[in-house]
Amino acid sequence: MTTTTAPATETTYAAYARPLWQRLLLNRTTAMVALLVVAYVYAYNQVPFFSGKLTLYFLLMDMAPILLMALPMTLVIVTGEIDLSVASTLGLSAVVTGLLIHDHGFSLPAAALVALVVGVLAGLLNGVLVAYVGLPSLAVTIGTLALYRGIAVGLIGTKAISGMPAHWKDLVNRHIGTSSYPLVVIPIVVLAALFALLLHLTPFGRGVYEIGLNAEAAHFSGVDVRRTKLVLYVLSGVVSAFAGVFYLLRFDSANTDTGTGLELQVIAAVLLGGVSIFGGRGDLIGVLAGVLLIGVLSSALRLQQTGSDVIEIVIGVLLVLSVISTQLLDRVRSVRGRLRRTTRSAPAPEVGDGSRKVMS
Amino acid sequence: MSTTELLVEPSRVSPVQRAVVGAFRSREFAIAAVLVLVVAAATFKSSSFVFSHDGWRDLLLSPSLLLLVAIGEMVVIVTRNVDLSVGSTLGLSAYLTGRLFTDHPGIPILLVFVIGLVFGALLGCINGLLVTVFQVPALVITLGTMYAFRGALVHWAGSKQIYASNLPDSFQNLGTEQILTIPVLTIVGLAVLVLVGYYLWNARGGRELYAIGSDPEAAGLYGLPVARRVFGAFVVCGALAGLAGVVQDARYSTATSSTGQGLELQAVAAVVIGGVAIFGGSGSVYGAAIGAFLLITINAALPILGIPEFWQNAVVGVLILGSICLDRFLAQRRTHRLIESRDDA
Amino acid sequence: MAEQRVDPTLELRDVSKSFGSVAALRAGTLVVEPGMIHALVGENGAGKSTLVKIVAGVHQRDGGTFRFQGRDVDFATTAAAKDAGIAVIYQEPTLFPDLSVTENIFMGRQPVTASRRIDRAAMYAEAEGLFTRLGVHLDPRRTALGLSIADQQIIEIAKAISLDASLLIMDEPTAALSGIEVERLFAVARSLRDEGRALVFISHRFDEVFALCDTVTVMRDGSYVSTDRIEDTSVAEIVSRMVGREVAELFPKTPATIGDVVLEVQGLTTAGVFHDVSFQVRAGEILGLAGLVGAGRSEIARAVFGVDRYDAGSVRLLGRDVPPHQPRSSIRAGMAFVPEDRRQQGLVTEGSVARNITGVIRSGLARAGILTSRAENAAAVPWARRLEVKTGALDMHATTMSGGNQQKVVIAKWLATRPKLLIIDEPTRGIDVGTKAEVHRLLSELAGQGMAVLMISSELPEVLGMADRVLVVREGEITADLDRSDATPESVMTAATRSADSEPAA
Repeated sequence: MTTTTAPATETTYAAYARPLWQRLLLNRTTAMVALLVVAYVYAYNQVPFFSGKLTLYFLLMDMAPILLMALPMTLVIVTGEIDLSVASTLGLSAVVTGLLIHDHGFSLPAAALVALVVGVLAGLLNGVLVAYVGLPSLAVTIGTLALYRGIAVGLIGTKAISGMPAHWKDLVNRHIGTSSYPLVVIPIVVLAALFALLLHLTPFGRGVYEIGLNAEAAHFSGVDVRRTKLVLYVLSGVVSAFAGVFYLLRFDSANTDTGTGLELQVIAAVLLGGVSIFGGRGDLIGVLAGVLLIGVLSSALRLQQTGSDVIEIVIGVLLVLSVISTQLLDRVRSVRGRLRRTTRSAPAPEVGDGSRKVMS
Repeated sequence: MSTTELLVEPSRVSPVQRAVVGAFRSREFAIAAVLVLVVAAATFKSSSFVFSHDGWRDLLLSPSLLLLVAIGEMVVIVTRNVDLSVGSTLGLSAYLTGRLFTDHPGIPILLVFVIGLVFGALLGCINGLLVTVFQVPALVITLGTMYAFRGALVHWAGSKQIYASNLPDSFQNLGTEQILTIPVLTIVGLAVLVLVGYYLWNARGGRELYAIGSDPEAAGLYGLPVARRVFGAFVVCGALAGLAGVVQDARYSTATSSTGQGLELQAVAAVVIGGVAIFGGSGSVYGAAIGAFLLITINAALPILGIPEFWQNAVVGVLILGSICLDRFLAQRRTHRLIESRDDA
Repeated sequence: MAEQRVDPTLELRDVSKSFGSVAALRAGTLVVEPGMIHALVGENGAGKSTLVKIVAGVHQRDGGTFRFQGRDVDFATTAAAKDAGIAVIYQEPTLFPDLSVTENIFMGRQPVTASRRIDRAAMYAEAEGLFTRLGVHLDPRRTALGLSIADQQIIEIAKAISLDASLLIMDEPTAALSGIEVERLFAVARSLRDEGRALVFISHRFDEVFALCDTVTVMRDGSYVSTDRIEDTSVAEIVSRMVGREVAELFPKTPATIGDVVLEVQGLTTAGVFHDVSFQVRAGEILGLAGLVGAGRSEIARAVFGVDRYDAGSVRLLGRDVPPHQPRSSIRAGMAFVPEDRRQQGLVTEGSVARNITGVIRSGLARAGILTSRAENAAAVPWARRLEVKTGALDMHATTMSGGNQQKVVIAKWLATRPKLLIIDEPTRGIDVGTKAEVHRLLSELAGQGMAVLMISSELPEVLGMADRVLVVREGEITADLDRSDATPESVMTAATRSADSEPAA
């Protein structure tokens, strides 16, 4: 058995390269949060009615499904994959729940449970095809986007479901006490906390980052890459299904269009929040800030009589700017790193050809 | 040693025989066969699906829109990129077309087509520049431009619509006019198909697009003008989406702020079903074209076959998943056999 | 009549290149005349690759003369070097897998008809002509996917010929070739030479060097050693010039008590890669796996550890069967694997030092499922200390560190799992001399403490200095099991290369 031999000198290692204030300030997430605060404060003071009691309520209610779906989507994108089927899963879940209650007399909890199971299955199909069969996630989730939407449409036909049990509708639409916060904030906060814990404070979460940065090295270190990805897709399915139930109860309606287009808002919010599309980078707080920022902007612009059109333009431009800025920052960082490297210690001169791809 | 499709050794088979066998084994043939099957089944159930004036016309006409967009999308996908903004581009172009006719009555129809094309090309330039200069994945860039363009359209059009009354009759007639029973708009699409197909097969630039999608790093090392070609691919894609916008007005005589929504996913689906690898490097634009025809025709055929049209999306989803699973299976089997034959040699 | 003096095709004199503080090349000299096949030999780290990369335009030299066909040159890009007429054929060619072999050769330069249309018939005909000349039986229409390495190389050579390259550099071209393919390659090389082109042939296989080449240049430790005509020298002379230094001083292997068998491998086979491999490693023993690049040593190690599958055979650690193809099970059983490719497989370069070091022991560090940075840092520090990892802070990215430091991080990562068996593949590749010595001292220490070590190395002196026993692998089979006292450069090289009878008398 090996034992650690006492080293000759006690070298100390600093935990962090930069002082705390630098780490906090020169940080993409901090920038996002700051932007959010600035936007909120500005809107609060300058935009008429923004400080009104119901603004925050509607903002959070509108953003709730996106907030929810952004949580697992963050992890999926960090591993370097993507899930375009989340909105279809949401729609399918809303339809299934609605139909079970409406046509088959299920109680809401029972119907919701079935919907969650549907979400699990939806995630399983994605996960198996991407992680175990090895198909590209972009193509697979475009297919399941169509498939799940298609099943929902097939089940519901031309009908539009409504008439959900009043008790549950009220619950979903209720405020917390007399505040402007909707009740749904509680499960959202709980889920966000759980996901943040999972991603940032568990070995599983470390594995998620590793897969995004270098899946091969992760595999060499014993990380179960395939199972991790499968779990993430299943989580994505379940949470989307949950969001679907919320959607159904909030709008008291489920039809063929339920949730259409939400996946792109979710992905835009996640990328805006600082998660790199290449994987391996980003954190949940940034994503939450990103989602809320979009909410604040949409809310404020709407109150200023700006149409949703301009809001869409703003989101689109923001998205492009944010990824470009991330890219530029990366390049600056790597150039500085290279400069620092050549003056201090040396990089490995690749003997042989380094890692060239072998074709066959 | 019998000849196999692997061509490890020079083929002993005559070129003609090889071409014929190759054609039958191709993906294009397979989906064309499926298309024929679907049409046959629908016709069997209701002969007017094909054997009626309107039926025949619609069979050929309905896919013309998706055809144009799918061709452009294929050119981008073959370079290992994707363009999600085509739907928004089409919408903008469609509205622009209507406004041109409304604000400039008497404007030559041909000019409108050209303007639509150029307008789409300009939007494609934006995508192309962002992708090549900043090296951000096209998925993200075109996601952003999809939003931005759609927003611009809604801002411009508001709740206004283009109605048939805005459009000159001669233009609207194009929508249903036929030459030798083939709709004019479809001819436009087929002409574009042949042009693009020719370029991709016969021009150095076209072949370089394939090389870039096959191995972008190797293409760079080789010294190919990667940025220029990828930029060009986006311009073409945008241009065709712009053209499709004009076609859309001719066909449906209407344009709103939500015109073209969701088209991008249909385009990608058509391309994938048509056998073009999602990571580029292989496949033909003819496959994408047949894929577009297949998608639209299935939509029309389902109700006739007794399947409620509500299951359309599900069918599309299954087709996409099936295609990529099939591609993976075939690719693995081919690699396996190539390695085996190599070891035997 | 005075003869016109022809400039050498390639003239490099005293070329130097450093990466940071590591001098990869100190005084590289190479003069290649047209119509010659010039061998370039030297161990790993001798500077051959760096030299080649400078010629190819991948790097720019720091100092020295670089003349091509009589003119001073400095290639800023690989394309510039290619345009000048230099072709490099690497061990792993990069072709476009989806396109035909012909298109791979002519991409961007396809013959066109008057109407700018690609003239496929002419293209295929030209390709066929090239293939016939190269003695290759490939259908020009065939896709490049699935070609054997040998055929891929032929395509690269065809590319070079069609570009009318005046200088062809072949880097370990025969590493993955079988006998017939090697013969074919030699015939091609000779015909190219006879056309007046200049060839550089880099190889460790001396039988091939002596069979094919006209001249041989030896390099060692980044510097030029000698150039001789083949007929004026011998393998023994070349080897001694390559190895040069005193072996014993540099690699202090402290004696250790050899204990029980830790790793037992029986009949390990993977079709086409390695065949019927059996060996044992005992506690306290360093078993060296020597052989030429491409012999299959890394593949064997990966199969033992579970990253790759194997078709037949068994692996036992401390008497218990280790299930195949499951790195997690191997880790649990007590195996550790420092892979060959540090940057791609060993490290997460964009990750922090602490996260890299605790990468495998993560789950053990978590309290009630929660893992904090503080716990990671606390766990990483003792191992960083032990290996004397040099870093400003624990959250620095591994990418900012030197090769040697990075290797220490990888080793620390695996030592943290307290393994019974350490498999280490190319322990000191691309590392400065100082860190090299540290790594060797560490391996000795570990063995002294009872760890079993399986060491793969292509550096002969390292193997000879460190190993208690040396297994020589040749083309997937174990051809020799040499005790430390019997292991000499000659005996190892003999077992590692084919046609020992072609070796001239020492």
